[in-house]
Amino acid sequence: MKKQFPLAIVFIAGMIFIVQFFSPAFTPIQERFTHWYIVVAVFAFVLGLANLTRLNLQKIHRQQEGWIYSIPLLIGLVGMALCSFIFGIEEGPFVWLFNNMMLPMSATMFSLLAFFVASASYRAFRARHKEAVMLLVAAVIVMLGQVPIGSAGFMGHLRLSDITQWIMAYPNMAGQRAIMIGAALGVVAISLRILLGIERAYLGED
Amino acid sequence: MSSLDRRIIFLVVALAVIIPLLLPIGLPIKPTAPVKAFYDSIELISEGSYVLISFDYDPSTMPELQPMAISLLYHCFSKNLKVVMIALWPQGAQMADLAMETVNQQLQAEGKPLPEYGKDYVNLGYKSGGGLVIIGLATNFGAIFPLDTNGTRISELPLMDKVKSAHDLQAVFSLSAGDPGIPAWVMVSRMAGYPTPPQPGETDITGKMLLLGGATAVSAPQFYPYLNTNQMQGLLGGMRGAADYETLLALPGTASEGMDPQSIAHLVIVVFIIMANIFFFLEKRQEERKAT
Amino acid sequence: MEIANIPFWDFFGVWVAALLTLFIFSFLYKDNPFYKFAEHLFVGISAGYFVGYYYYNVLLPNFWEPFYYQGRYEYLIAVILGITILFRLSRKQAWVSRFGFAFVIGCGAGINFISYLQSNALAQIYGTITPLVTLVSGEGGILVDWKNTVFNLVAIIGVCSALTYFYFSKPHKGFLGGVARLGIWFLMISFGASFGYTVMARISLLIGRMQFLIFDWIETTMNVINGNIAIGPIF
Repeated sequence: MKKQFPLAIVFIAGMIFIVQFFSPAFTPIQERFTHWYIVVAVFAFVLGLANLTRLNLQKIHRQQEGWIYSIPLLIGLVGMALCSFIFGIEEGPFVWLFNNMMLPMSATMFSLLAFFVASASYRAFRARHKEAVMLLVAAVIVMLGQVPIGSAGFMGHLRLSDITQWIMAYPNMAGQRAIMIGAALGVVAISLRILLGIERAYLGED
Repeated sequence: MSSLDRRIIFLVVALAVIIPLLLPIGLPIKPTAPVKAFYDSIELISEGSYVLISFDYDPSTMPELQPMAISLLYHCFSKNLKVVMIALWPQGAQMADLAMETVNQQLQAEGKPLPEYGKDYVNLGYKSGGGLVIIGLATNFGAIFPLDTNGTRISELPLMDKVKSAHDLQAVFSLSAGDPGIPAWVMVSRMAGYPTPPQPGETDITGKMLLLGGATAVSAPQFYPYLNTNQMQGLLGGMRGAADYETLLALPGTASEGMDPQSIAHLVIVVFIIMANIFFFLEKRQEERKAT
Repeated sequence: MEIANIPFWDFFGVWVAALLTLFIFSFLYKDNPFYKFAEHLFVGISAGYFVGYYYYNVLLPNFWEPFYYQGRYEYLIAVILGITILFRLSRKQAWVSRFGFAFVIGCGAGINFISYLQSNALAQIYGTITPLVTLVSGEGGILVDWKNTVFNLVAIIGVCSALTYFYFSKPHKGFLGGVARLGIWFLMISFGASFGYTVMARISLLIGRMQFLIFDWIETTMNVINGNIAIGPIF
């Protein structure tokens, strides 16, 4: 029962969505499952939140390496959550914290990647063989063609930006399409395996 | 030289971005074909039609997608389109509010009337579920979004009287930083029975639904197959796409301002790559000479 | 001359944002306590943000509204399935979480089966089947559009050869090997284009932060110091 019942749920839930595509008679039950899914998905976040809180409280309690940093983490978590419940999420401290702490930190974390991509390009991007040369040439043409510098004309009327657009619309499109078709067939295969109960990794251990 | 301290590289990249921001060059921006297709598609939508904008991104991709959001909202309000805003990412609803603030400031500066909440636009907020939200909207908006971000029932919003399902929409725009985003909208909307898109060259789009996207530059290349098969009718790719769109609308914005530092930074990285390969070949030749 | 006004909390907020930005940028020199503090604070605030947002944007409208105000008690099933997911935290009762996860995985698998097959497989194959010779009507009658013919052939050959590369049931030798090799070249061009776009994306994010630091932080602060902008009262 501990395994059979969940497998039955997987099969029924998945088949409802598949059969509904062919027969609108299943639309009411499919709609009901859709509405339930939106609520169930929230609990996956709650699981992550509970785990995060437990791990950091443990770290502080056992005074593990870096435990001092768990304090601002928990203060931020509790503070932000309390602000939302006391003042609401449309204005007040919650919005101030979002605009002046969460937004800049989120943006800055990802902007660090600009430096690392430049450093990686210098240190690792080597034209060791024909395929690497093709990759390098395409990358350089696209990098220059995508910025206003690439709109400067040369060889008469041909612009680097025109070559870039051609690369994107034809050879790039062809390569991406092949990857897309291959990946789609893979997803279809794995979805079928999950629905039929062959793939059971998500059930965890006994 | 081939193993230069990376902090020197970081410093050069930082200067390549900071200097053009302080001393703008003013390089001309020429819009590309996918952006022109995006713009022309919106021009086909008749005044007073209902469109949906899905804010599927968070603050980490704001520099690329927020200018697109601002330009798109400005374009929609210029054509008197009625806008329903939703989000498939939690911070997306906040991005929508911030974009509206900027658009309102711009319209006020131009002396144009401001759009009225509830009549000209609504923000229904975020919903978890990704593709299942898209499926749910195909038949019943009210069941998926019973309240807006302010907690108001959508039955009390005049705009939502006319939008009961996706079949009442003339266009769906997804400003997407990942999944759920453009791939979910393209794949699931067809499965869920959304109206079909117009054929290329078709000017009467009554009963059809446009699907247009704004993507980060990281993901834009993988959406070209969707453009080729007309599953999407236009695409804005990265900050360059946003700058092109601002140029077509003659709307000053942060994306256009960012094109000068973008140009210089790209040039610097290309120089780094070329330099590194020159040193690589020189070192290789030295080693070969030593071996012989 | 009228002096512009900036609310105190807006100005204070800009300084908080700028300091946190610089804390994170300090990682570029080396890992340090300022960066670690900002990183952990970011994780905590993000988690707290999601708590508020999920409560107001999902639980209240999509569970409480239909359950309490519309009397739709079947929504209790969704909450029960959701609560089973939380049992993953317990070592002995973790098996209970299978029910909730099964529902989520099942719905996802069902949707993916149809959507990927329809949009990413069949529609893309359909899009590849284009006429080998593109014709256009002109002054001399029906003419061959050589430009689009060549371009479409590039696309068709590219898709077919790249797909051949992914066919591993036979060794890549002879004619098959040659076609697979051509496929690799198309894939390399795709990856090169993706790399170019990725560089653009990363630089754009850096430009965004620099625009904030220069125009929102430094310029505003200089204007306050020069007396061009006045700070409003705290309350």
